[in-house]
Amino acid sequence: MGHLVAVLLDGLIYASWLFIIAVGLTLIYGVMKILNIAHGSLYALGAYSAASLGGYWLNHGYPPMGSYAVMLAAAIVVGLIAGPVIERGLLRFMYGKDEIVLVLVTYAVFLILEDFVKLVWGVDPYFIAQPYGLLGSFDIADLTYPNYNLLLFCAAVFLGVSLAWVLARTRQGKMLAAVIHDREMSAAMGINVGRVYFITFTVGAMLGALGGALTAPMISVQPGIGAETIVLAFAVVVIGGLGSLPGAALAALLVGLVRSAAVHYRPELDLFSIYLVMAVVLIIRPKGLFSVQEARKI
Amino acid sequence: MNKNWKSLTVTMLTALLSGISIGCDAQDKPIRIGLVTFLSGPAAGPFGVPAKLAAEAIVDSLNAGKAPAPYAAKGFGGTPLELVVIDEAGGATKQVAELRNLVERQDVDFVIGYIGSGDCLAVAPVAEELKKITVLFDCGTPRVFEDASYKYVFRTRPHATMDAVAGAMYLLENRPGMKSYGGINQNYAYGQDSWADFTAVMATLKPEAVITTSQMPKFGAGQYGPEISSLLQSNSDVIHSSLWGGDLEAFMLQAAPRNLFARSQLILVAGEPYLHRLPGSIPDGTIIGARGASGVYAQKSPLNDWLRQIYKERADIYPNYPAYSVAQAFLGLKTAYEKAKALGTTGTDDIIKVFEYETFESPSGKVMMKLGKGHQAVAGTAYGTTRTVNGQITVGNIKYYPVERVQPPEGIKSIDWIKAGMKPGKW
Amino acid sequence: MKKDPTIAVLAAASLMLLAIGPVLPRWAMFLINVSLCYGIVVLGMMLLMRTGVVSFGHGLYYCLGAYAAGTLDQVYKISDMSVMLLAAILVTASVSAALGLLLRKYRDIFFAMLSLAFSMILYGLLVKTSALGSSDGFNIAASKIAGITVAGTAGERYVRYALTVVCAFLAGVFMHKYVTSHMGRLALAIRDNELRVEYMGASVPNIIHVNYMISAVMAGIGGALVAIAVGHIDPEMAYWTTSGEFVFVGILSGTGSIFAPFLGAFIFETIRSFAYEYSPNTWQLALGITMLVVIMFLPGGLWSLFMRKRKAA
Repeated sequence: MGHLVAVLLDGLIYASWLFIIAVGLTLIYGVMKILNIAHGSLYALGAYSAASLGGYWLNHGYPPMGSYAVMLAAAIVVGLIAGPVIERGLLRFMYGKDEIVLVLVTYAVFLILEDFVKLVWGVDPYFIAQPYGLLGSFDIADLTYPNYNLLLFCAAVFLGVSLAWVLARTRQGKMLAAVIHDREMSAAMGINVGRVYFITFTVGAMLGALGGALTAPMISVQPGIGAETIVLAFAVVVIGGLGSLPGAALAALLVGLVRSAAVHYRPELDLFSIYLVMAVVLIIRPKGLFSVQEARKI
Repeated sequence: MNKNWKSLTVTMLTALLSGISIGCDAQDKPIRIGLVTFLSGPAAGPFGVPAKLAAEAIVDSLNAGKAPAPYAAKGFGGTPLELVVIDEAGGATKQVAELRNLVERQDVDFVIGYIGSGDCLAVAPVAEELKKITVLFDCGTPRVFEDASYKYVFRTRPHATMDAVAGAMYLLENRPGMKSYGGINQNYAYGQDSWADFTAVMATLKPEAVITTSQMPKFGAGQYGPEISSLLQSNSDVIHSSLWGGDLEAFMLQAAPRNLFARSQLILVAGEPYLHRLPGSIPDGTIIGARGASGVYAQKSPLNDWLRQIYKERADIYPNYPAYSVAQAFLGLKTAYEKAKALGTTGTDDIIKVFEYETFESPSGKVMMKLGKGHQAVAGTAYGTTRTVNGQITVGNIKYYPVERVQPPEGIKSIDWIKAGMKPGKW
Repeated sequence: MKKDPTIAVLAAASLMLLAIGPVLPRWAMFLINVSLCYGIVVLGMMLLMRTGVVSFGHGLYYCLGAYAAGTLDQVYKISDMSVMLLAAILVTASVSAALGLLLRKYRDIFFAMLSLAFSMILYGLLVKTSALGSSDGFNIAASKIAGITVAGTAGERYVRYALTVVCAFLAGVFMHKYVTSHMGRLALAIRDNELRVEYMGASVPNIIHVNYMISAVMAGIGGALVAIAVGHIDPEMAYWTTSGEFVFVGILSGTGSIFAPFLGAFIFETIRSFAYEYSPNTWQLALGITMLVVIMFLPGGLWSLFMRKRKAA
């Protein structure tokens, strides 16, 4: 019984983390049809900024609770800077090119940002120990879990719900949904598609950086975390169906629970678990769990 | 008339060039040493860059003749050294290509390098083909000289088997009552081998100890929630881990608030490089290995003081074990070079002849090239327990293990030696 | 109609490479050798790209080819290069025949991700297998060719190089004949509009399957040749970043001609090699910027440079 509770809880926590890192990617793909490999670098940038700024804040003796706000602010700033720079400065000139070429452009951006991060922050890992344990912990079934994990879960739920609400209820959101569905028609209807792209990419960048910032207190930020995260985010996005928010949530849950079960019962399967899930889902539902309907053009 | 001018020019040029080449004898040309170490990726922070910094510090100090005896000669035998550094990242195929470039394009005289076991295994045959003395300085796998023999390849540090053997011995000496143990190791060759060696030693020394769980997270996973839950529920007396770098830090950060270490004793086989980084995050009582009597375990000696001083000047902190490994490589090579020079010539074959089976002093103690037909080093090792004193992590209860107890003798594979009872060889 | 000079040029290029081999410095010979191996793999990728699908998992076959060659040496003690190549072809053909049955129904990003998933599963399997050296891999020593022992002889390096050149030539000839044939032209049609090809009576899934198998075999041959040239194999060959590199070189080269993949692979290897040497701390930056420059100014790939010159003339 204790095992089952642990599997469920661990799965839920890991799923929250997966959702947070994947949601920006699925949004950008849904709207712009770009598979943004640089998402991994944005995650890394968010994590590094949060770790350094948070560390600076804590080392100077400011109230530890403030470190959360500082880290969040770091992520938002990173997204606000990196997003427009990449989109306006580079991607804008590439729209209309083949999808695969855009993927390569984002891959080139990823390589550049990897070294940029290395030049700015060096190769030593960064970590801040305080924020993770600051909120205390709770005990369940003979295990202790830091409350920070609850924070992660709440953040994931909040992000999911608010994004869904924005997409369904606000005018901007509905325009976004229209562009996801049919870009040409939306443009014909008078929607400023260029501006929609700009806003989407910036929001997506902020979400990526936010993922990094929320993860920073739990890990030691080191070179290479971007690359590790991208594949996970991609897998979640593809399993869920590209561009689908509920899909990403369900996929995150599925992958999280499977990985958690693997670790508890069959640790040697942990290495493949996510790829097995991806292969199985794609075999059963070739376009992912929830996919946006597309008309076939003859 | 033209023909005469042409032949005159050619003759003069030839004379000029041969004059230059005769004038340039080996004394004036510096010895070029290629250093291959991680400058990017997760291994750069804990291992690659400290190795580079140590190499630079050592080369500067040797060139100035400031090293203590018996290394006081400038450079190698009076000839200054020049360092060429390349990045070990990119995988084994890339490293094979880079070794060729280093030797053939950049014209180095010796190569010191390789932290990754896969890279060591891949480049060894290539070094043989290129006939260039290559000193492996840090990789851990015993396979290099157990699977094959080499003439031009040397390794100046012992391989990773002794970490598991000494670790288990220290653990049982300090916690004889332990009944169960689990492990968390990265799922790649080094992590798998560490766990396999450790369990084999434990099976020999304490067969009744129960293995509770073996967690093998992906290299670079960074998220250890489920693994830590599993370890918590296993209620092991001891947890073995060969995690290093950012993964180790992430694990410690995530495990400490969950009180994992109140339940289980931790043994970190390769934990030394980050001791100074984790105050408050490494609980007291953790057993720490330094893959040798290096870093915090290095005993006081003029050589140790020298390395600590020149490294601290360059890096602002004291050297960790990769720095000591690099020192061993340079000093071992220097000893061989100067011995060969004293005997007459410094050709590659002559240096090899004296390098084999040599014994030399290093900042971590005596190093003997006694395995792998004289190409693989052996030395003793040490383990200790952590204690926080005034906010700094220190190690106490240090125990040194001599060579014969922790290293297999020539001719028997490490894993077979362990299973056969680890009978001490004659050294 | 002008006679197609492609095969003649291929032959001339191969002969030239064979001729200069002995006088090249060894690092250059090695560089060309590895580039040609990558070129063969990318040649296969090019065929798939002409069919409108991009595989992000060709590392699977590249790795299978290398491990097929390696296991022959390690387990069965057969170290004959020709047998190794044969094994690589057989293994990759059978695996791609099986996987192709599944993959042929997918397109676009799903084809890419499913192929990626399979390559990562192979990676995981290999890392778990300590008998094959786990993530460290193992060394292979291909010492014979067609029964003649070459290990230890002075021409050893040259034999491997020559083998690669010959294989590249044969691959190029085969691909040229295939691409200009009926099946090859159908591939382009599929890329343009699959539904219409179905209406015209050709079986799109069959063609995709066949092209997939051909590209897989090419990747396997490339992998086996790399294993022979480098002497070491490891599971990293199946990792998605390796597959990503092949895709990248494919786009870099463009799909214009048979020579494009070889040229693209050579330029990529050279840039990477020099970036390593001259900016060891920022080689990724250098590579990324180069990629962007090529993508922005040469949308047809590097090959379009040569196409333009010819048109101008």
